[in-house]
Amino acid sequence: MTTTKAGMRFAMALVLAAGISVPAVADDASIIVQSTTSTANSGLYDYMLPIFEKKTGIKVNVVAVGTGQAIKNAQNCDGDVLLVHAKSAEEKFVADGFGLKRSDVMYNDFIIVGPPSDPAKIKGDKSAGDALKKIAGAKANFASRGDNSGTHKAEIKLWKAAGVDIKDSSGQWYRETGSGMGATLNTAVGMGAYALTDRGTWISFKNKGDFEILVEGDKSLFNQYGIMLVNPEKCPNVKAKAGQSFIDWVLSADGQNTIRSFQLDGKQLFFPNAEAEPMQKAG
Amino acid sequence: MQDFAEAFRLAFTLVLSGDPDLLEIIGLSLRVSLSAMLISCAFGLAIGATVAVLRFPGRGAVIVLMNSLMGLPPVVVGLVVYLMLSNAGPLGFLQLLYTPTAMIIAQSVLITPIIAALSRQVLEDLYSEYAEQFRSLCVPTHTAIGALLWDARYSLLTVALAGFGRAVAEVGAVIIVGGNIAHLTRVMTTAIALETSKGDLALAMALGMVLLTIAILVNASVMALRSTAARHAYA
Repeated sequence: MTTTKAGMRFAMALVLAAGISVPAVADDASIIVQSTTSTANSGLYDYMLPIFEKKTGIKVNVVAVGTGQAIKNAQNCDGDVLLVHAKSAEEKFVADGFGLKRSDVMYNDFIIVGPPSDPAKIKGDKSAGDALKKIAGAKANFASRGDNSGTHKAEIKLWKAAGVDIKDSSGQWYRETGSGMGATLNTAVGMGAYALTDRGTWISFKNKGDFEILVEGDKSLFNQYGIMLVNPEKCPNVKAKAGQSFIDWVLSADGQNTIRSFQLDGKQLFFPNAEAEPMQKAG
Repeated sequence: MQDFAEAFRLAFTLVLSGDPDLLEIIGLSLRVSLSAMLISCAFGLAIGATVAVLRFPGRGAVIVLMNSLMGLPPVVVGLVVYLMLSNAGPLGFLQLLYTPTAMIIAQSVLITPIIAALSRQVLEDLYSEYAEQFRSLCVPTHTAIGALLWDARYSLLTVALAGFGRAVAEVGAVIIVGGNIAHLTRVMTTAIALETSKGDLALAMALGMVLLTIAILVNASVMALRSTAARHAYA
């Protein structure tokens, strides 16, 4: 009988230990921001969130996924604020009633990076469309995100504008990695493929190899970020007050200056362009 | 090769400097995976022992199912737990998504089949040795299960460690239900995935080495515990 008792005690200890180690539910003074890998990987949040947290005592937890997944998560009410970069998808999100007012936050730009051998000879092209046409013409490897993210959506738009049908070439020279920006860049560098990336991720990316920026500065490469509160009417769990105060701060002169002052390797990564209210314009 | 040398250097620097961020991540990794292991043992051993001792129709199918579930892809487990815990899901009211608790749940779901399947095999082998004796003494089933669990405790420890190993090494489930939030749900594997995506391969590799070292330490301390206990038992 003693063996049974010992066994029971063992089992009880297991259950007890397991019970104790389960932590308490997160406290109220914290919000979840569904955002993109491009903003998180660049280190922007690590830089600006402590400033906001110190001011307000509100802890901001960032879930960094592709824009497509971020919007999906927010539609499931699993977040308080959405900060992503796919304007038409954001506007649809608001129009469908999932989010409240959408505001511009900042922009950076997309660039086309590639190997120095540049098989499609696109270096210095002023038009992104021309560059993509040349890549398609040369059947040079191109690594796409292929994950329905903001960057992927922008890339699809560029191909369409360039009049190239990439569907037929998928798996040949057009390679969809189905992963985040960093993973796609790792793949591109690995197989010497061109890739479209946001400048912020590229500047902070450490595994560049001998890759360089080949095309930049075209207006169609503009990358706008937007912010919005998840609709508390659709999602009663949304911490509307804390979420709104985060949005207000990001759009305020203080928040915008914080974004402006964020640098990596001496380069500014994001350019704030929130529509300032008259009072804040002076600051 | 340059990355490897850099990774070794970084791993040493990280560990020796006692970087508070790293310690936090290691602490959470251990907390989540050890908790998941304990919970899975509570359920898995009970299931494993029951299936080992009882004979019932469909038992073969249950064993096949248990063994197959050992191959559950973490990302599928993560997805299922996400859909359950999401605010749009049936358990959304618990508000557990993006917390360490959600990660413990996901890893528990992932490794309970491993512990159940492996312990079933261990206990069934032992049971075939004991069965005649149990019958002759008319030992009731629950007493028999207790005796088997106790006598197989050292083998079951290895089973538990197999579960822990799987839990601490997986990334697919915790990154979906935890969200890899800094200072809240970031663990070793999600940090490694993050550094890889930032292209900082040396740092990612260094973190991998640290993770391996932790796994070795956990296993070594369990082995030490086991041999101490065994010495006392036979002294």
